[in-house]
Amino acid sequence: MNITRPTALIAEDEPLLAANLQAELARLWPELQVVAAVGHGEAALQQGLHWQPDVLFLDIRMPGMSGLEAAQALAEEWPDDGASAFPLIVFVTAYDHYALQAFERAAIDYVLKPVQPVRLAQTCDRLRSALSLRAQPQSAPGLGAAIDQLRSLLASGNDRIGAPAPAAVAAAPLRMIQASAGAAIHMVPVDEVLYFEAADKYVRVITVEREHLIRLSLRELLPQLDTQRFWQIHRGTVVRSDAIATALRDEAGKVNLTLRGHADKLAVSRLYAHLFKPL
Amino acid sequence: MTFPVVPRSAWASVRRSAIYMALLCTGIAVLLTAMARGRMGVNLIYSFSIGLVCWLIIDGGRHGITHLLNRLKIAKGQPMLGRAGFPGWGWMIPLVLLGMTLGPTAGTALADLITGFNSPSLLHFGSPSTRFTIVISALASMASLFVLTTLERLASARAQAEAAQRAAAENQLKLLESQLEPHMLFNTLANLRVLIALDPPKAQQMLDQLIGFMRGTLGASRVSSHALSNEFARLADYLALLKVRMGERLLVQFDLPAALTDAAIPPLLLQPLVENCIKHGLESQVNGGRIAISARREGAQLVLRVRDTGGGLSALPSDGTRFGLQQVRARLSTLYGTAASLELTTADDPEGGTLATVRIPLKIT
Repeated sequence: MNITRPTALIAEDEPLLAANLQAELARLWPELQVVAAVGHGEAALQQGLHWQPDVLFLDIRMPGMSGLEAAQALAEEWPDDGASAFPLIVFVTAYDHYALQAFERAAIDYVLKPVQPVRLAQTCDRLRSALSLRAQPQSAPGLGAAIDQLRSLLASGNDRIGAPAPAAVAAAPLRMIQASAGAAIHMVPVDEVLYFEAADKYVRVITVEREHLIRLSLRELLPQLDTQRFWQIHRGTVVRSDAIATALRDEAGKVNLTLRGHADKLAVSRLYAHLFKPL
Repeated sequence: MTFPVVPRSAWASVRRSAIYMALLCTGIAVLLTAMARGRMGVNLIYSFSIGLVCWLIIDGGRHGITHLLNRLKIAKGQPMLGRAGFPGWGWMIPLVLLGMTLGPTAGTALADLITGFNSPSLLHFGSPSTRFTIVISALASMASLFVLTTLERLASARAQAEAAQRAAAENQLKLLESQLEPHMLFNTLANLRVLIALDPPKAQQMLDQLIGFMRGTLGASRVSSHALSNEFARLADYLALLKVRMGERLLVQFDLPAALTDAAIPPLLLQPLVENCIKHGLESQVNGGRIAISARREGAQLVLRVRDTGGGLSALPSDGTRFGLQQVRARLSTLYGTAASLELTTADDPEGGTLATVRIPLKIT
């Protein structure tokens, strides 16, 4: 890793805007080294884990995984060996009313498109001082703070941020799930579901007896669930809270759940580990 | 289409019926006095006492029962009663009968208590004054009930009309917002800002396309129809703007036979369908895709097809596309009735994606 020069990764799906951001950064902060510029969220996650940059510029609306989802995934998969600090995140968005409110609340930095050089210069100043603070030997690693910020962002209704159109809020929580299997449609009462697991563009629905596949993304399913009963414990897992038998915390601090009436064990990501604290 | 009835304030209804009751009782007292049946003051006391008891039973009863029924319905997760303060005739008829029997008896007893007189018991039906009291009370109760329920029905209809008007205004606002979607506008401006420094001729071209798009959008409501070639040109402006933003990820194909360039079409009819292709079909695809817009003549019909090679119907969010489709369907049915249609299907080839087919009567201008 290059100690002397700070590194950055840019995730922006519009090529012109990505090139422009890179050019403006080169002018305002010549020492900053842009290690990669990618066009979608999955690539941001991969390249982020690979390069472990100091700063991430994430566009909110990108094809596939959104900028917010990429940040969440990165926080869940970031190695906790303490070797490199979690990147400082700056979100980039054109117009996103909900997102801006959420960023303000979570004290997360953002820039608006078209990027104004004056505004970007302020952001660069803030990033520079945050990085120099980090360089102090006794400073805490950035992961904990970043997780708190992301948690607060997720709590403010992440389904609305970066969604193509504000989804209508379901009037009543979902009661039955219709899962097709060949010509048959299985009717699965939501109360019988142990947990939901994201599988690409599908969601696996696991009950005591069997599992079903529904053609819906977890992001679309989440707003239809009663959040009192169904807890998200990982970006890809939602579990029915009264199906949880035990929560075990291992030496490394990782939390795993066992279920009533099912052998599966579920991993709780560090973004949601705070849900399982002894009283 | 049904609109939620705004529950009217029960207090406003109670206040109104109290005023009405007071007027009616005064009227009856004046009438009795005019018919030379006793003194005005005494008549007032009797008519008000009887009226008060009737009112408490009937009006208090119907509001109380409605309230209890609604609480029960909420607890069961059922929708509330349609009309505020009206529990249905199954409850109203017993209430009215109760008011008509208890009103005169209890009311007379109350008035006796105030005046110190001793009226003949109303259970002695033989007494002419008893019969008179009962008949007057019954008539007054029924008349008030009729007037009050009619008034409330009118108020409830007015509330419904207001709700419908509000919904229409909201729809109009949503339409305008969707046409000038801020996210699209700011992203386009961001690209334009970059292009000005990088490639001025291309920036000018992009600005012209933006001007064409905005003029088309804002002017669309002023004419009832324009030529199909115009429609395609506006869509081309819009897609060219997106092409600057999406680059290689967006491929565009237009297919307009020369014979159809002058066919008449409501302005920007296809715009929401193209937007849906981008928003729900292609924008979410990492590798992008193709959008194809074509016109064909089939008998006396003009058939317009808008398809993409995106995620297809099953990938569509259940509510996100509805507004655009609803808007197109509403326009078609207002303009052509059943002679036009819009159909959304899965594209019937290996590339997949969504296909929207619009059929309207062919009219060459």
